[in-house]
Formats: sequence, structure tokens, C-alpha cells
Amino acid sequence: MQAFAELLEHLIFSPRRQVKLTYLSDWLKQTPDPDRGYGLAALTGELSFKSVKAGLVRELASQVVDPDLFALSYDFVGDLAETTALVWPERDRVNIGPLLLREVVEHLQLASRPAASELVKGWLYNLPEAQRWALLKLATGGMRVGVSARMARLALADAYNTPVEQIEEIWPIISVPYTELFAWLEGKAERPNAEGRAVFRPLMLAHPLEEPDLAKMDLVEYQIEWKWDGARVQFVSAEEGVKLFSRSGDDINASFPDMILPIKWQGVLDGELLAGTPGEIGSFQDLQQRLNRKKPSAKLQETHPVFLRVYDILFDGEDDLRRLSLRKRRKHLETILPQLDTDKIDISTVVAGTNLEELNQMRDACRMGGLIEGLMLKRQDGDYKSGRIKGEWFKWKRDPLTADVVIMYAQRGHGKRSSFYSDFTFGAWRITDNTPELVPVGKAYSGFTDVELKRLDKFVRENTIQKFGPVREVAKSLVIEVAFDSLSMSKRHKSGLAMRFPRFRAIRWDKAAKEADTVETLQRLIDS
Amino acid sequence: MVVLLKGTAMDKGWIEIHDAGMYVAPADAFVDPVKPVQTALITHGHADHARAGHKHVIATPETLAIMASRYGDNFAEKTTPLPYGHSLDLQTVKIRTAPAGHVLGSAQIILEHNATRIIAAGDYKRKADPTCEPFEVVPCDIFITEATFGLPVFRHPDPASEIQKLLDAQALFPDRSIVIGAYSLGKAQRIIALLREAGWDAPIYLHGAIQPLCRLYETHGVNLGDLQSATIGERGVPQDYLKGQFIIAPPSALSAKWAQRLPDPMVVFASGWMQVRQRAKQRGVELPLILSDHADWADLLMTIEQIAPKLVWVTHGREDALIHACAQMGIPAEALSLIGYDEET
Repeated sequence: MQAFAELLEHLIFSPRRQVKLTYLSDWLKQTPDPDRGYGLAALTGELSFKSVKAGLVRELASQVVDPDLFALSYDFVGDLAETTALVWPERDRVNIGPLLLREVVEHLQLASRPAASELVKGWLYNLPEAQRWALLKLATGGMRVGVSARMARLALADAYNTPVEQIEEIWPIISVPYTELFAWLEGKAERPNAEGRAVFRPLMLAHPLEEPDLAKMDLVEYQIEWKWDGARVQFVSAEEGVKLFSRSGDDINASFPDMILPIKWQGVLDGELLAGTPGEIGSFQDLQQRLNRKKPSAKLQETHPVFLRVYDILFDGEDDLRRLSLRKRRKHLETILPQLDTDKIDISTVVAGTNLEELNQMRDACRMGGLIEGLMLKRQDGDYKSGRIKGEWFKWKRDPLTADVVIMYAQRGHGKRSSFYSDFTFGAWRITDNTPELVPVGKAYSGFTDVELKRLDKFVRENTIQKFGPVREVAKSLVIEVAFDSLSMSKRHKSGLAMRFPRFRAIRWDKAAKEADTVETLQRLIDS
Repeated sequence: MVVLLKGTAMDKGWIEIHDAGMYVAPADAFVDPVKPVQTALITHGHADHARAGHKHVIATPETLAIMASRYGDNFAEKTTPLPYGHSLDLQTVKIRTAPAGHVLGSAQIILEHNATRIIAAGDYKRKADPTCEPFEVVPCDIFITEATFGLPVFRHPDPASEIQKLLDAQALFPDRSIVIGAYSLGKAQRIIALLREAGWDAPIYLHGAIQPLCRLYETHGVNLGDLQSATIGERGVPQDYLKGQFIIAPPSALSAKWAQRLPDPMVVFASGWMQVRQRAKQRGVELPLILSDHADWADLLMTIEQIAPKLVWVTHGREDALIHACAQMGIPAEALSLIGYDEET
């Protein structure tokens, strides 16, 4: 636990990715099985214990620390695990020897809640602060040390001089604590085999297109497609059956049983999951009805159908097509299309457009209907690479909508922002019986700089008119310009509006609150 | 911090709370006033406590020297040095100073009037510090304490173990310069002295803003060893001779152009706040040192227990928790809600 605690601290404080990777790969090389596998899983959020949740930590803390002092401390620190580790009473420790991750994981996996509570308490009394903190982070999940699954795999590649693609390939078929992975990486065993299994392949991602990029690009070299407003998915058909994966590689079959198609063709497709049918596309809001539903009813499947709009092919049978150019892959995709004979799959058309002006017009026209977010520009001679590669795929979104709104409530953030008011609820004016009234229309917590955050925090502290627990109501005096992707009707909000991804665009210290937009003005921006 | 509304004066018997700060009515003097006044009693030399513009300043000789170095020799019309243990009478109030252990010259101001003794402790700490006199426990009726680290999460570790982190980092990254952000009065000199105690004899490099106070410490008998300027060489060009060396700079310099001359700098920050990891991260600190010139939670409680006053007043910091803990010890406590004092950065 000591080495793991040190690793966590290094990861938190290292500003540079390369330094994080060095610490991580060093630790992987120096830690024996199964501890390194458990640690890795904890870092990437793949480890969780039913018996240990935040409630248990809170309960333990309340047993050993005065509740008022704990509440004040938690309010200041903003992180339950860290607060508990810091306030835990120091008393003479029993020498229990080094605490192994294996011990913690394997005990907690089997423990009932009361047993887990006793275990954790015993460990807390016998560990110094940094290890108490690491233990609580490990036990409750949610490390927040800035390590993504991708970074973990890069560190493995680094540590064992193996191409990261090879590690990513087999990732879906190995499981915690990854002993077969380490055995292969250390040359002690064969590479785990993915053949015949419906396995996720890392996706190729797009960069947002910036104006300077455009000037350098020869548009003839790019395949241009619409950017559909749906969810990116990977459709895998193999001997063992069909599987649908989300962009992060999660198996989402349960949510979309209607997409588990009985087709004979085998291979891997990349595309967009959309609401509706190929003939009549639904909106993103329609799709949302399905996205987070674990087990959609037959009725919902009927009223809210989905389909797949394919734009790339990675495998045809066992043939890996990823080293081919996009031009060749596209041709291949068109030839196998007849084999995907179903009304649940169609192909994303290539848009003909060769000059900037035309493209610009098309991009602006995307606003109509709200089903298209913009354009995709993909290099035609590029192969299919995993990750976000510069200069290959670009997404060129339509400009966001904006509105001037008034800050109404503020709430403190979590983690790194725990001492700042960083989450803001804002409102627009509604006039009833000649009396203007502010009604909340959304919440934003990004888009400002650190310096602006400090100023916003100061504004909140100096203009609080009421406190409701962690929320402060502020004087309705500060106007902000928010940007958002789209606006739709919603019964859940008092204003009847729901914004998609609102964020700060500018803080209008200069503008009077009464000059902010009205709900009526906003309604005109609703996607038809 | 609670904001005291302008124009309201809070009456605490013969101590009153005014806009300018804590007013000792029978002496017609203020303690650490935040606005220019006739007579000021200054606890220590940090700029938020020792401001310029007062007519008559009473403080320890060291604090007067610090103020003179900062504001010029004629920073007040009249200065009265009051060394530790000495006393003077201001009208009906007897005034004495005792070491507070915060920085060089820092004092608790002991006020006696009508058979009541009130101590304004200013900022103080209890952990050992080779650069200043240790805090002296003086019994009193009312103890006026700070509460900068007034939460049980603050448990400042042994300073030697924190300094060891610096030496470990230096050994691990011999090609990086290690730049330590530290307040120019007190913290900077304490780090240098602790590095010397830990056996680091090589030159330590200083940002220009740190140098005058280091010289002042040395003239007051605090030996800091071989100190050199880190401000030689061209701006924006990393200086190779700084590889593997310790450089001490005020926190504000770490993000300034000045820092560009440092080869691959590792940013260290020494402060009590570094105990909260997310705070350290927020400041972009790569190596946080938990090193404070204030009392931590346990030391605040220990001090109050040892002094055993009838009443505790809390000036600034996290007063809620400290007042709660005093109540549990059976000592009534109140917040004075003073404004204008910065917290340790």
C-alpha cells in the first residue's frame, strides 16, 4: 500500500503526462502480481466493491471524530476519502507488516458490509495518513488521479516495450488482475487470443477543426460526411454473436436488444447510432430516451426505434482492413453493404463539396432540423488509427448558440475545485402580468479560466443573499454569455427549456441584469 | 472569514473592534491595525499585520528592523522598541511582549489593565524553528488566537521529514532545478536553516526579493550559510549551473518570466495548505511540502489548554471549528471577525 500511495501522490502532482507515465510504468515493473493488476484496475476505475460505499466511510468517520468538526473539515477539503484520512486519530500502530493490495481487494470482495466496515477500520488505525488516503480511494473507487484507461495501456507499452495497439487489441478479453496480460508482456506466455470473439477495437477519433487548419488543408484529399447527432458505436459480428460497444468500449447490448441483428456477415463496423429509422431520423433527445435505459421495454423499442448509420469498416471476417486507406475501406464497405441487408443499418453518404464556401454554407445549414452537428473531414489516404490522431480526422461543428443569462445560484465544485464556487445555475427573464421574473434555464461549470473562476468565486461570496446547504443564492446582478449546442423543450424545467452542454463563453461584468435575454427569445432557438 | 460591516464597532469591554482593527481603548492604541493610526502595537513583520503609515509604532526591535527594511528608515514618526520580556506603560495599560515562534521578532502582545490580562498572540506556531525564539506560554484571562489551520485535518508533520523530501527529489532528479516557493519573510529563512540542519552545505540560490530579509536575519544572528543570487544570467535562457540546485523565490515569481531561466524546474511549495492534496494540485505544485509558520490543529488546542484562559477570542481563520473545540474543553470562545489579514499562502 505504501508504494501505491506514493504512486497516487506522484500521479496527482505531476503536471506532465510523460512524467505520470514514467511513474506508472516504473511502478508496474516493480510491483508483483496480482498487486499491480489490482492497482491498475483501481486506477482505471475497473475495480469496485459492493460492500464499501461512501456511506460506510462517512459512518466510520462519525465513529471516531466529532460530527461537527468532521462536517466543517469535509466542507473545507471537499473529498470524503481525503478528509477521513486526514482526521483519522493517530494512535500507536500495531505492526501488521506491509498491507498488500491483494489482501485489501480479496478481503473486501468477499466481505459483507459490517465485515468490510471492521476491516477498513482496522487498517485505518494501523496505516499512516498517505496510506489511509490511498486505501479509502481504492476501496471506494473514484481515484481521480488523472489516469485514463488509455494512459494505463500506454504505461504498459512503455514498461514492456510492446506496441500499445497490441495491448489494446486484447484488452477486452482479459480481466482483473490481468495476470495473463503480464505473463505475455514478460514473455512467459502466449498472447491471449481474440479469434472468433466479438471484441472491441480502439476507435479512431476526430479533432475539432480550427480555422488555421483549414487554410493548410487541400479539401480534395478529404472525404466529407455529415456529422450525425447520435452516439458513436462499434458494431461487431463474430462467431459468438453480435455485440454493440460504446465509444469507450462498454458493451451496450442490454440497452439495444433491437440492434443485436441476426446477420451472417462477420466483421467490425464503425458508425453512429441514431434515433428513428433510415427513412426518418429522430433527434438526439429521442435517442436519449434509449441511451441510459438498461432494459428498454418492448413498447419503448417500438415507439423509440434506433438504427445504425455506418461510416467505416475495420474488419471483414478475419481480415484486418485497418491498414488500408480510407478510400479503400470505403470501397470495401460499399461492396459488403448488400450483406447487411436489414432496415436497421444504412451507410453515411459522402458529401460532394470541394470548396470552402460550399462547405461553410453546408455547415451553417446544419442548424435546420438539428439532426446534424456539422461536417466530418477525413483524410482519404489515411489508415485507421486508434486514438485522436492529429491531422487525419476533423470534426467541424456548426457554431454554438449563445444567450445572455443571469447567474442565480452557485454551488461549490468537487475535487480540485472544492474550495471554489464553480457550478452556476443561470436564468432568463419571463414576464408575467407585467412583472419580470428570472427562471432558471440551465447550469454551467466550464468555459472560464482559472483567473475568472477566482473572480466568480469572489463574486459569489460577496453577493450571497441566501444559503441552502451547499448552494448559495446570489444577487441577480451578473450576466454571463453562455454557449450551448442546442435547445429543446423540456417538462422537467420550470422554464420549459433544456440546453445541451451549456458552458461559459464570456462573463459580462459590464452588462446590467435587466439586459439579459428572455425565455421568449430563447424559445425561438429551439430545434424544430 | 466573516465580514465585519463597516461602521459597526464591537465592544469587548476595554477591547473594541473597529474598522482599523483591534483597539485597546484605555491605551488609545491598536494591535496590528489595517489602517493608519496614531499608535500601533505590531505583533510581527508580515505585511498584512505591519502596515505602513502609523505615527507611533511599538514592536520588538527585530520587527521594527523588518518594517524599516520594507518601508524605509522613516516609516513612522516615532518607534519604540519593546524587546521580549520588557514592558512599558501606555496610560493605564501595561504592555509586554513574549515570543510567538512565528517569524523572527514575532511577539505576543500582553496587555494588563484593571487586573485583567489579555494576550493578543498574533500569528504563532509551536513547532521548532531554528530562525526564531520559541513560543512562550503566558497565563492570562483572555487569549486572542488566530485559527488559520483551525480544522482537525491540519496536522503538520515533523519539519525535518518534509525537508528530507527536498533532498530526495534532488537526488532523484539531478538535472532539474528545484524551485521552492516561499514567503520572503520567515518561511524562506526557515527552509534555508532546515536545509542546513539536514546537511546541505552547497550554495542556495535566491530570487532578488528574498535577499534583503535573509541579510537582515543574518545580522540578527541567524546563520544561513552560503547564499547566492539566482538572478544572474539572461532572462528566458535556462542557466545550467542551477541544475540540481535549490532556488528560493516568492510564490508570485514561480509563474513569472523570471522562472524561465531555471532548467526544467520542479515546483515546490512550502505551506500548511499543502496538506490538502487538491489544493496543492490546483496551484500546479509538483512537490508539496507541509511546512507552516502557524500552529496546526493539535497545537492550537494544546496552547489553549496550557494557557487555560477564562475566555478565547478568535481573530481570523477557520474560527467555527476552534470555537466548537473550545466549548468542548469547557472554555467559552467567540469570533472577533477581524478583516484584512491574509492567510498563509
